[in-house]
Amino acid sequence: MTIRTLRDYGQHYRPRMACLKNVEVFVVEMQDPKSGVKGADQKLNVTIIPHVINGQDILAWIVTKMKVTTEEAQAFGTMLVAYGYIYPLQNHRKLVLVPDSTLYRFQTPYFWPVQKWPAEDIDYAIYLARRNIRKKGMLEPYEQQHYDNLHKWMNPKWDFIVMQATEQYKANKERKKPDRVVLDCQERAYWIVHRPPRRTHSAMDYGLDRLIDPNAEEVLTFDVVRRTNIFLTQALMRSAVKSSMSLTAFVKFVTTHHNHDPFLTTPVPSNPWITDSDEFWQLNSRSVDIPTKLSVERWVLSFWELISDPRGRVDFKLFLKKEHSAENMAFYEAAEEMRWGAASAIPEKSQFIFNTFLKPGAPRWINIDGRTMGLTVKGLVVPHRYVLDAAQTHIFLLMKKDTFYRYLKSPVHKDMQKRALVPAPHVFTDAQLEANVRNRNPGVSPILQWQQEEEEKAAAAVAARPIDVKAMVATNKLDRK
Amino acid sequence: MCDQTFLAITFGPCDSCSENRPLMNLYIKTEPINYCSLCMEIMACQGLASGETLKSLKAESETLRKKLEEERKKLHDVELEKVAEKAEALGELNMKTRRTLKGHGNKVLCMDWCKDKRRIVSSSQDGKVIVWDAFTTNKEHAVTMPTTWVMACAYAPSGCAIACGGLDNKCSVYPLSLDKDENLAAKKKSVAMHTNYLSGCTFTNSDMQILTSSGDGTSALWDVESGQLLQSFHGHSADVLTLDLAPSETGNTFVSGGSDKKANVWDLRSGQNVQSFDTHDSDINCVKYYPSGDAFASASDDSTCRLFDLRADREVSIYSKDSIMFGAASVDFSLSGRLLFAGYNDYTINVWDVLKGTRVAILFGHENRVSSLRVSPDGTAFCSGSWDNTLRNKFLFTMTAYPGQRWANCAPPFGTPNHGQM
Repeated sequence: MTIRTLRDYGQHYRPRMACLKNVEVFVVEMQDPKSGVKGADQKLNVTIIPHVINGQDILAWIVTKMKVTTEEAQAFGTMLVAYGYIYPLQNHRKLVLVPDSTLYRFQTPYFWPVQKWPAEDIDYAIYLARRNIRKKGMLEPYEQQHYDNLHKWMNPKWDFIVMQATEQYKANKERKKPDRVVLDCQERAYWIVHRPPRRTHSAMDYGLDRLIDPNAEEVLTFDVVRRTNIFLTQALMRSAVKSSMSLTAFVKFVTTHHNHDPFLTTPVPSNPWITDSDEFWQLNSRSVDIPTKLSVERWVLSFWELISDPRGRVDFKLFLKKEHSAENMAFYEAAEEMRWGAASAIPEKSQFIFNTFLKPGAPRWINIDGRTMGLTVKGLVVPHRYVLDAAQTHIFLLMKKDTFYRYLKSPVHKDMQKRALVPAPHVFTDAQLEANVRNRNPGVSPILQWQQEEEEKAAAAVAARPIDVKAMVATNKLDRK
Repeated sequence: MCDQTFLAITFGPCDSCSENRPLMNLYIKTEPINYCSLCMEIMACQGLASGETLKSLKAESETLRKKLEEERKKLHDVELEKVAEKAEALGELNMKTRRTLKGHGNKVLCMDWCKDKRRIVSSSQDGKVIVWDAFTTNKEHAVTMPTTWVMACAYAPSGCAIACGGLDNKCSVYPLSLDKDENLAAKKKSVAMHTNYLSGCTFTNSDMQILTSSGDGTSALWDVESGQLLQSFHGHSADVLTLDLAPSETGNTFVSGGSDKKANVWDLRSGQNVQSFDTHDSDINCVKYYPSGDAFASASDDSTCRLFDLRADREVSIYSKDSIMFGAASVDFSLSGRLLFAGYNDYTINVWDVLKGTRVAILFGHENRVSSLRVSPDGTAFCSGSWDNTLRNKFLFTMTAYPGQRWANCAPPFGTPNHGQM
């Protein structure tokens, strides 16, 4: 049977249901009389219902057609039922695919989600009214609730609704019993999907509507086109890199980080989430004395890795202190703080940075080239967030291309490499695992840790302040007797 | 990586208005000019010059596009699969649910990890935002927002504040404290103001700035303390649904994905749209940067996830399967960038091998759409939040955390988790 649907739905027609296009193609194939799922007539109560399929057959067909495992096929089958393409005959409220002899039927295309969307309240009211007439007032509790609600909200139209309902009821009576039963099942299934009973969810629930209507054609005024042209000219002038180069870079990144990825290499001593022991985090924390070998290896990969890891940064600063070139890192950190900090703090910070790092004769004067220095100082007259960008980039590149390599060759680092721990993988017995579950360590609150770090930073700032010789003389500290 | 430091958009006097502003590097017929964003807009909205019609502009657009495609084609000399042949094959992965965090009364819409690798903030449809210690499964803080559909939440890098927002069009920052009887709602600070719903927010490298994306089609950078708008980013023609900040050394760019099927890369300083990718067939629900910062992945309603290379300026890989027909709602990379975790609207999570383009595992267990998925900062686990609502007469929302574990010798079952009930 060819099922022709009128509307296009890449993105059109309804929000977020673009996926249904493929699903419908699939369902059509499923219903193919020759290669689809085999249906049979089934006796239900007194009537004989045609084209009934059972769950097992559906599952088997999906498995062979899509070449997937049973679980995946079951999940997909459940989605088909949830969206209303297939409906269960007996337990009509539970919209799952049960892979045994549970009976299902294909929903008529008239009731497919794409065709009759959105499910209007008025249609539902008519349906409930009709059901009410048929069942002589014995609706299910959730249906009763909906009915009452709709009665309240649609009061003005209620006469029309009841009239429609009675007409349809009478017309239904003319039909033959099997047809009636089938139609009733179909309609009921449709409404279960679109007006789910309480405490179940509907697959039709897609969240919020987008603000901008995807159906509407984008109006291309001349300024929109101009902007596109500006963008395209700029894109043309930007240099791009050869695919081979950038793709090999990805592969290289993945390979170098392979050992550090807990999903690919089991972390030592153990993955905290599996064994409930947070040793792994403690060994890799910022304040640990001796870092793990894996961390140290990661620092070697690139300068950025070194300073992104708090422990690595501590180590690097130690090296810089020995080399008496700590001002570079201090400047970098101060510039970062200014750049990402509060807008109100910018004038004050820029002043501080100028006095400490840039002014001629400053106590922690950084060595940057004349042009950059000139630009920066000029910009500092009216400081803004990005005024230190040029200088910061210069210093960063300096550290990256020169200091970093010296660090790698330095005794500080080599010593650290030797001393780095290789924690043994800790294999817990079942009893120990259970104990771990009971004694999960709540750890240190990040708020406390932050406060600690701030205090440390303040202390370091005080320590790094230049020694004021005059003040010391004034307090007779330097006085030699 | 160095290329990014030379994304030389400087700050200085604009060529047309001579004011000191962040500048965009534009070109007028191969002549480089530096305009501030305002002058760029003025230039774009100038009345049609003589001889110019809408048609001629559109024709120009077409020629430029064709030229760009040609240029990109010349550089495209190899496919990712070919290069990935050198990479070793992955072993089988067996992932299990290790924690189930129950406590939300309604759909979980968004979640974020704290930098301490164990705390999580999550927000839900009924307006509740909860901070959990996922390791012990304790709830540490909770706040009820005065709005429903809190679609965006973020944890500050310091761990001392959270930001969230949704249908109230605002992004609010709540500072966290150690008090037992804290009243978070009283200390709320409204930072961002948009004209439509907030779809995504993230802190930049500090607690002082927030980047937000909204349904009104714009993204914006805000100063937390004063609530001032620092920079706004216009360019999407429909709702902006997601954003992600670049992890690069200079951290100057971010990528946003929208309902107009485009993913745009922006410069934080000047507001310029530097790159754009529009190969998706449907709304882009989530974008995430590759750990090295040179690429990003996107998840879309057209049931595919794609990888875009920023340096080569093209899409390099599509992660899709005939058996996956439902939209992908969120993605994230593992620490090395080898694995891509994607949560779908058919209640499953698929794990893809980024390099080879094949699916490595499929995870079941959620009972409704997987709405958000994030890998922890140290890569030991990932957490997925979902629209779960069990049918057992309890309104429960589950968030499950899956850690990694390699299955050494045996052929494993196809990634089926046991629903680890706590």
